[in-house]
Amino acid sequence: MPSLGADMEAGTLVEWRVQPGAHVHRGDVMALVDTEKGIIDIESFEEGMVERLIVQPGARVPVGAILALFEGEPTKLAPPQSAARAQRVSPAARARAAQLGIDPQTLKGTGPQGVVTLQDIEQAPAGQGPPPSPAAGRAGIRNAIAVSMSRSKREIPHYYLQLTMDLRPALDWLEQFNASRPVPERLLLAALFNKATARAAAEKPGFNGYYGKAGFEAAKSVHLGVAIALRGGGLVAPAIHEADQKTLPVLMRELQDLVMRVRAGHMRSSEISSATITVTSLGDEGVDVVYPIIHPPQVAIVGFGSVVERPWAIDGRIEPRPLVSVTLAADHRVTDGRLGAQFLARIRDFLTRPEDL
Amino acid sequence: MTADAVESPRMSYRDALREGLRDALRSDPRVFLMGEDIGRYGGCYAVTKSLLAEFGEERIRDTPLSESAFVGAGIGAALGGLRPIVEIMTVNFSLLALDQIVNNAATLCHMSGGQCPVPLVIRMATGAGRQLAAQHSHSLEGWYAHVPGLRIVAPATLDDARGMLGAALRCPDPVLIFEHIGLLNMEGTLTAGAVPVDIDRAAIRRAGRDITLLTYGGSLYKCLEAATQLAADGIEVEVVDLRTLRPLDDALIVDSVRRTHRALIVDEGWRSGGISAELGMRIVEQAFFELDAPIARVCTAEVPIPYPKHLEDAALPSVPRIVASARALVSREP
Amino acid sequence: MSGSSAAVEPALGAQILALLVEIAPDVDPAAVRPAEDFRRQFDFDSMDVFSFATALHAKFGLDIPERDYRQLASLEKCAAYVAAKLGDRHAPPAALKS
Repeated sequence: MPSLGADMEAGTLVEWRVQPGAHVHRGDVMALVDTEKGIIDIESFEEGMVERLIVQPGARVPVGAILALFEGEPTKLAPPQSAARAQRVSPAARARAAQLGIDPQTLKGTGPQGVVTLQDIEQAPAGQGPPPSPAAGRAGIRNAIAVSMSRSKREIPHYYLQLTMDLRPALDWLEQFNASRPVPERLLLAALFNKATARAAAEKPGFNGYYGKAGFEAAKSVHLGVAIALRGGGLVAPAIHEADQKTLPVLMRELQDLVMRVRAGHMRSSEISSATITVTSLGDEGVDVVYPIIHPPQVAIVGFGSVVERPWAIDGRIEPRPLVSVTLAADHRVTDGRLGAQFLARIRDFLTRPEDL
Repeated sequence: MTADAVESPRMSYRDALREGLRDALRSDPRVFLMGEDIGRYGGCYAVTKSLLAEFGEERIRDTPLSESAFVGAGIGAALGGLRPIVEIMTVNFSLLALDQIVNNAATLCHMSGGQCPVPLVIRMATGAGRQLAAQHSHSLEGWYAHVPGLRIVAPATLDDARGMLGAALRCPDPVLIFEHIGLLNMEGTLTAGAVPVDIDRAAIRRAGRDITLLTYGGSLYKCLEAATQLAADGIEVEVVDLRTLRPLDDALIVDSVRRTHRALIVDEGWRSGGISAELGMRIVEQAFFELDAPIARVCTAEVPIPYPKHLEDAALPSVPRIVASARALVSREP
Repeated sequence: MSGSSAAVEPALGAQILALLVEIAPDVDPAAVRPAEDFRRQFDFDSMDVFSFATALHAKFGLDIPERDYRQLASLEKCAAYVAAKLGDRHAPPAALKS
């Protein structure tokens, strides 16, 4: 039973998604587990053949308990509880981990005698706080947002840049793309926004990574956090991994899948805490501009407002154009306005040539 | 302590102490000094040298060799409305007056319901490092810091050496000032335009974010040297000069540790039952969940201070030991 | 069945509701008010609408152009739209049971 938050002591197995004899890959969903914060899809840490399922659906077992055995690898599914106890965690690290929703037992300690230190926690991929569930986790999510956003406003010197972009090329391209395709293969503008942001982040590493105690560390891949509002309040931002490398149709499918699963309370363990930069879009809500708050320890967040038709001067004439205000909030400890302006300009470039995205 | 304070001449810590005494004698006719050999001889550490000629026998009084008698006389003078400053040669000898200090000076105000405050100041030398052997070299200020009713201060800078005395005289409680013998010849300049000196608060002598060194008195400069060496390795050390051992400035101490998440206590006293133990416990009580490493101590070896130089050096906190202890707390494994 | 009818044919309504819950499992089907916009009732956003259209496409084999998405805005509108589309293809109501 993996720990899905520092305060998680036990979980209830809801359902097996594999049977003995099944061959699973790393990342395959093996089981659904109900925690105090909702139902989470548990992914395999290993590749191998499932030999035996130990825990039956409905059983509540402590963190560290063995759920199932792989063939020939009797203890690899989850760290046994004795090993979990052996990992020493400093008091400060333990307290901060609880705030951030990180399980310190999953980290490698780098302090004296291998103790998990504050620095290890702060350099760990961010926790989203408690994982979501439509009803039960609402208070937990509110609390996680409160902790994370308070820390952000306390610690991160934000700077904000805003660029209005003409979406005529993107919308024309999108309309043409969608017109010739059946519904399931069509794209939403959000996919273009996400891809453009991910590719800009890949080009400008100062906006993609984590700021820990030792300063900024750029991430090697772009794991794009997508802010997803839950009906009735609350927000989570799980990651689409290596978003810059994925084609628009793949990105669109993953985005659709993610939104549905998140709202259904089926977030995967690996999505919870790995985002390296986040995108938030309030276009559906009709606001012109969003001034977002960085999700620590990330260093940047990009906000998209509504697409609105407005007069736009082009080649000395006024034309009605579909415009969107794109905002960057970035960490001034890592980058300056000039780099930020270049970053936004790259997003615009990508959206101007959607066929190359 | 460099040339930027143009108007202040260079002087020693000893000179600064004397300037403090002179300020007090000039500004308040109730102030007088007494102690062994402080007049004609100028004091065993020459702090009161020349004061007899300047202020006369009425105010600079040599006493018989009886700590109990002249400390008791000081208590009586304070009760009678004077502002006595009593010098005891070393903290070791102050034990002869322990009854007067602990049973009388510290208690009378409390036992009289506040009617009989004892505004007495007792100065004494403390510490080792000058090959004066076990009867003259101990650091027992931590013992005195155990006693309610007393106020214990340890000036480590020239400004404090001069300024703490005035604050001590204004305090209605008996104040014990511990002057480290290793600092007496340290030279520097006073801060121009003297700021009022308090005896309530600790001071951050060097700011850093990785580890807090808590120290006072003669160990302050060892800690500052250690901080300089550690800075070369990128370890940013915060050095806190406690200044006052009773009451301890919990707010500043805890605030510093909350920021650095690590604490190393450097005390020339012994480890067992010492002020270092008290400091460590207060951090645990007030900042346990902020700690990212165990609290550590560098103290004097648990022996009477040896006479031979190499053994004395080995017994005392040293810069290499401080550096090694701090490094162990901030070290990282790959 | 006419496109302007406010009544929802029960079998069709039930199938559409089932699709709705499939794409938005956090929606309580018993609480759906047929005439009210999904956007207002359930905070539907463009992704929900897209997923809904995808599900309708898969279930009924309809081609739904993007410009028609707004005709899916409520249960009533959606049922009318689907019924009209199916009617255009002259498919008998019994085919809905697939």
